[in-house]
Amino acid sequence: MTGDQPLLKLEGLTKAYPGVIANDHVSFEVQPGEVHALLGENGAGKSTLVKMIYGLVRPDAGQMHLNGERFEPHEPRAARALGVAMVFQHFSLFEALNVAENIALGMENPPAQRDLAARITEVSETYGLPLDPARLVGDLSAGERQRVEIIRCLLQDPKLLIMDEPTSVLTPQEVEILFETLRKLSAEGTAILYISHKLEEIRSLCEGATILRLGKVVATCNPREKSARELAELMVGQTLHQPERSRAELGEVMLEVNGLTLPPATPFGTTLHDINLSVRSGEVLGIGGVAGNGQDELLAALSGEVTGTGQAIRMKGQPVGDLGPNERRALGLLAAPEERLGHAAAPDMSLTENALLTGWVREGLSNRGFLNWPKTRQFAERIIAEFDVRTPGPQNAARALSGGNLQKFVIGREILQRPDVLVINQPTWGVDASAAAAIRQALLDLAASGAAVICISQDLDELMEISDNFAALNAGRLTPARPASGLTVDEIGLMMGGAHDMEVAHVDV
Amino acid sequence: MIRLEKRPAPSRLWTATTPLLAVLLTMIAGGLMFAMLGKPPFEAIRTIFWDPLFGEFAYYFRPQLLVKAGPLILIAIGLSLGFRAGIWNIGAEGQYIIGALVGGGLGLAVYPSDSIFLFPLMVIAGALGGFLWAMIPALLRTAFRTNEILVSLLLVYVAENLMASMALGLLRNPDGAGFPGSRNFQDYPAAFNEELIAGAGVHWGVVAAIIAVIFAYILLQRHMLGFQIKLTGQSPRAAVFGGVSPNRLIIFCLGVSGTLAGLAGLFEVTGPAGQITTDFNQGYGFTAIIVAFLGRLHPVGILLAGLLMALTYIGGDAAQLNLGLPSAAIQAFQGMLLFFLLGVDVLSNFRIRIGKGEVA
Repeated sequence: MTGDQPLLKLEGLTKAYPGVIANDHVSFEVQPGEVHALLGENGAGKSTLVKMIYGLVRPDAGQMHLNGERFEPHEPRAARALGVAMVFQHFSLFEALNVAENIALGMENPPAQRDLAARITEVSETYGLPLDPARLVGDLSAGERQRVEIIRCLLQDPKLLIMDEPTSVLTPQEVEILFETLRKLSAEGTAILYISHKLEEIRSLCEGATILRLGKVVATCNPREKSARELAELMVGQTLHQPERSRAELGEVMLEVNGLTLPPATPFGTTLHDINLSVRSGEVLGIGGVAGNGQDELLAALSGEVTGTGQAIRMKGQPVGDLGPNERRALGLLAAPEERLGHAAAPDMSLTENALLTGWVREGLSNRGFLNWPKTRQFAERIIAEFDVRTPGPQNAARALSGGNLQKFVIGREILQRPDVLVINQPTWGVDASAAAAIRQALLDLAASGAAVICISQDLDELMEISDNFAALNAGRLTPARPASGLTVDEIGLMMGGAHDMEVAHVDV
Repeated sequence: MIRLEKRPAPSRLWTATTPLLAVLLTMIAGGLMFAMLGKPPFEAIRTIFWDPLFGEFAYYFRPQLLVKAGPLILIAIGLSLGFRAGIWNIGAEGQYIIGALVGGGLGLAVYPSDSIFLFPLMVIAGALGGFLWAMIPALLRTAFRTNEILVSLLLVYVAENLMASMALGLLRNPDGAGFPGSRNFQDYPAAFNEELIAGAGVHWGVVAAIIAVIFAYILLQRHMLGFQIKLTGQSPRAAVFGGVSPNRLIIFCLGVSGTLAGLAGLFEVTGPAGQITTDFNQGYGFTAIIVAFLGRLHPVGILLAGLLMALTYIGGDAAQLNLGLPSAAIQAFQGMLLFFLLGVDVLSNFRIRIGKGEVA
């Protein structure tokens, strides 16, 4: 259009929340057709920044220009009208409606359903995103749901597409399909602002990158000219430690699951089909897979939140399928769910109370039901000290902690109870790099001390780093476990269900 | 401009002082309202808040205060446990009526008796009646996931019709010349809930209310079950993860609140009310919901809130009589108290910031 003029130009954007400056004079530019990465740890201010661009948050200071014109969206609708579209990390879709209905709900003036369905099919074929407009969203995989969101954006013909951590829900094959689409969009002149902390992806996809740390821009670079390690160190601001593992001999089988089949507890939950696994003393079993393929259900079946599985689950030979969470804890089977606030911990309760939540059985924190608060407090203090939880003290509410600190607390709480088996879901999701490294090290140390660890995660790099054996969960089915060393990305991707049985549609280049 | 900023944690100072602030604001707004009605505002406020406690006729009012507050506190304590866990028993009024009917009915069935065991047995029967009436919504919820708010509320109307039918039929006083209503318990010493200290207003129901406050306090502060109740209310998923069985908690909370409401009904009908009539219930079961929330679901708070609520009733009655204030004005005054209590609550969770907050 206008030669050198950047599509989007940010100057000195600042936004403060009570007690924290989320963005501190952030400036950068995005050219038309550029795939620009926004890189940073959790809490670096990426989300706040894109929310300002998308009109969800108003900046305290600073200016934005779109195509050379002053850009001050007061609400997302204003941003969309000017050609800015966004795909969120968490989808806002109605599971009980079909694809076309969901898309119509997000439009200002939706056309008739038949015309819309035709347009959806057209756009999905043009950009290589296979999607049937008549299917119910509740039946779609996470990758397909993301396509619904992307197509919803593409129907608006955006000039700038913001994508917030789009690949966290995708298999490696689905990532490839997505990248083809994004490259095609970019070739047509649509700029893409790509938020991620996955460095290899950014190096393969993006032409420019802005790195944020603690709300400030610390570097602007071409990610292809940097190594992943250099980018990581820019992002974290320090050198990173690789977790070390001291190999222990694998001992006897601690936990065994045979033919576990379980209908979902919620209408759109995943049915677990014929799950078989076993994990031995000293072993870390990694379970990979895209979220929503039965991870929560598997954890609930193992932790005892869902009972009635009878003989299918055995702990050291003893059937535990009908025991509740506390009875399983007494036997040494402990768990840490994915959702920290509201599942692993109660947000408004103090850390002392949260230590009591799972600790009272094994740590003897109550006597005939009467609580021993001093002892509970000591337990909480021990977790805080040994796992480097940054907080003023155990009287603080769980929700006052950052994600990484709370996760260290949750994991420390379970590890300090000396479990024989620890089942953990997404141990480092949304956790900064240094805390993630500490958590992985703690899991490896726990296994080295003779416990069996089952680690469910979407982060394949993490699983490859700490697992002895790897299995993948796909649509409620678990593959047989294979030794983790020597597995290639392609093999892992196929174990995870490939591109969810969808053919890679033709991309017309 | 004025902005509200969420506090990282609720302020303890404000949580403690907002009730006092609310009472003060009610006095100011209520005084203005009384003045507009052409009544002397200061005298009206004094009649409502001061005279019942320290005035010339306080010797009459103070026992009345305990008589009114006793059942409110007893019921509200039971309700508060469920409310903390997100289990909403709205039908305490029905459990109160059934407790009175079952316990009172037992006494009337064996009339005339002079056994010293009669009254304790009636107390147990009253508790059981309230418990069983509350088990209807509890079991329907655990078995069929029905909504306990609707079921418990609708059962109030069932209980009211039962009460009317009993007062006119089965339990009608055979010596009452055909008037509706049962025998009067005042004339039935073995079944009468008499004052423990003459003229103090303290009957067994007041004692039970104080015991309930103490037990609820210990339960919530020191016992695993109290912890599980709080946990379930704040974070149901975390509670299940922590090993709480939601169904058992529903049965426990509805059972306790039904039992206490039943007890309150029994103590009331055999004492201050004296007789099962077609409308001996006075809405204590509903008012107790307000008391529970006024007291912030905290046992000590409920004790104070029950007394405050009783005070506005008694002082309000006195103001109607002495100053000729319309009863609607008294109800509006009580409404203001609730309004301000809930309104100033915002201060414990938010901080008020004055000044410019945005850059255009």
